[in-house]
Amino acid sequence: MTDIDVNALANAKAKGERPYFFDDPAVERVFSITLAVATELAVMRERLDTVERLLEAGQPVSKTAIDAFRPDNEAARERQMWHAEYINRIFRIVHQELEALKNPELNVSSKDLADKIAAS
Amino acid sequence: MSSVLPPTYDRVGRHGLSPDVTHDETARFNFLTNLNVHIGQKIFPGTKLAFESRVAPAFDKAHGRALRDQCEVRDAMKCDPLYQFWAATRRSTMEMRQQSGRHVVLRQLGKMSAKAAALNAGKNTLVLDPRVTPPDYLAQVDNHWMPGSYYSEATPGDVLSGAAYEAGLFVTTAGSMSARGDGAGRALVRYLAEKFPDFKPRRILDLGAGVGVNTLPIVQAFPDAEVVAVDAAAPTLRYAHARSQAMGYGNVQFIQASADDLPFPANSFDWIQTTMFWHETSVATVRAGLKKIHEMLRPGGLTLHIEQPNFAADTPLWDRFTRDWDAWFNNEPFWRKLHMMNVFDEMAAAGFGRDRLFDGATEADIEPGMYQDWASTLSRHKPELKRADDAANDGARKGEFWYLFGAWK
Ligand SMILES: C[S@@+](CC[C@H](N)C(=O)[O-])C[C@H]1O[C@@H](n2cnc3c(N)ncnc32)[C@H](O)[C@@H]1O
Repeated sequence: MTDIDVNALANAKAKGERPYFFDDPAVERVFSITLAVATELAVMRERLDTVERLLEAGQPVSKTAIDAFRPDNEAARERQMWHAEYINRIFRIVHQELEALKNPELNVSSKDLADKIAAS
Repeated sequence: MSSVLPPTYDRVGRHGLSPDVTHDETARFNFLTNLNVHIGQKIFPGTKLAFESRVAPAFDKAHGRALRDQCEVRDAMKCDPLYQFWAATRRSTMEMRQQSGRHVVLRQLGKMSAKAAALNAGKNTLVLDPRVTPPDYLAQVDNHWMPGSYYSEATPGDVLSGAAYEAGLFVTTAGSMSARGDGAGRALVRYLAEKFPDFKPRRILDLGAGVGVNTLPIVQAFPDAEVVAVDAAAPTLRYAHARSQAMGYGNVQFIQASADDLPFPANSFDWIQTTMFWHETSVATVRAGLKKIHEMLRPGGLTLHIEQPNFAADTPLWDRFTRDWDAWFNNEPFWRKLHMMNVFDEMAAAGFGRDRLFDGATEADIEPGMYQDWASTLSRHKPELKRADDAANDGARKGEFWYLFGAWK
């Protein structure tokens, strides 16, 4: 068959101007790369989970065994749970911003308070 | 327990033309699915709060008046940090999903295309027409950021577009289209069985059928009918036909044609269906297509459409913004105009009697036994549709929620 550059084609840009959402496109670029790295860490973690489960079951660990592994109901739930918790951890700062938005009364500035106490 | 857990990717329905998916590719799809769920469930609601609590008030203060339309909302939201985060994450997640889906298919494209070619060889149920070129609106931007759209090839005669589309569908929709991506087709046949149990179409047309995921439940439900699936994109049809053959559906014909120029005579179908089709076309195609549908239907025939609901007079400004979002930022340019069109007026103009029109809502029918029992499938459009009176509100079958309109000829 025709020789193709799989990696270049996989990375192909969709036709149409790419929208950037952060004020500085450099931030968008770093952010996008960070998310891709986070993805690969999650992939590695799921692979490790598979290796652990194979070992625990006393089964041989090989590339083929890993690719053939299908988590049972409970294992699949635990693995999805891990993804959910992991995303919560890496998005912590955003969740804190959201919490601040929800509870504006809980955002007193310590600096202001320090100045106020010092003046009293 | 606050986390919504989607089903895992290994539960996707497989068939004879499915790509091999390695452990790590599956894990990547799992992460991206969870990321989609997270930004949809946890971050997106926050953007509405940001709008109400700081963006809209700041606009009022600066301009001495309230925001007037969704374009003003869009421009005002542009500077909000939470919104920026949500939108940038959504964009990146979509790009990663396209990348991953394409990579899975590209690395085995030769094998998959050969398999498809063998399944398609000598079958008169696949009719490609090289004179059909991609409609202008498809050729300018790739819908939902899908590189190459439905009609491009990496190698002559390949199945890249259709296969990559199917591989990523589960991820973007977090499984809410059911395990074989056919939740809409399943919902349709259930809707017909419930609403019009005596309707027994003999000849059926599915227009803009894509990879045919939603065509096959129709074929299955009406085994004696002649089913024709039409699409403008040859590579997608090549995949669709081979897929249906691999799944054992012989009695469906896939024909390459454009909705603007359909090769069927008047009075030749009992049922003409479109599923999530019009929103990726144009005003001219909607108008010409509906007129032609009216002509092609036999008297007493039915046409049904699953589509974005148009805006009602009381659709809130925020919902207008979020629903037009895809037109501005997800390469779905026609959504904005479609939201403003009145489908009943369009159907009437195409020749359907006003008293023969109806609409409603339907929910993706999730195939039992495919997903884990703890898995949830989300219903993204539900809030927009709560006014629709005959919603299929069976709590057990939670999936994507759709607007549906139709007419009898
Ligand atoms: C979003 S997909 C819909 C897929 C399908 N109905 C489903 O439920 O999965 C839209 C499809 O419409 C096709 N399309 C767009 N414009 C068309 C036209 N003018 N005539 C025929 N097909 C068209 C595209 O090639 C694409 O496959």
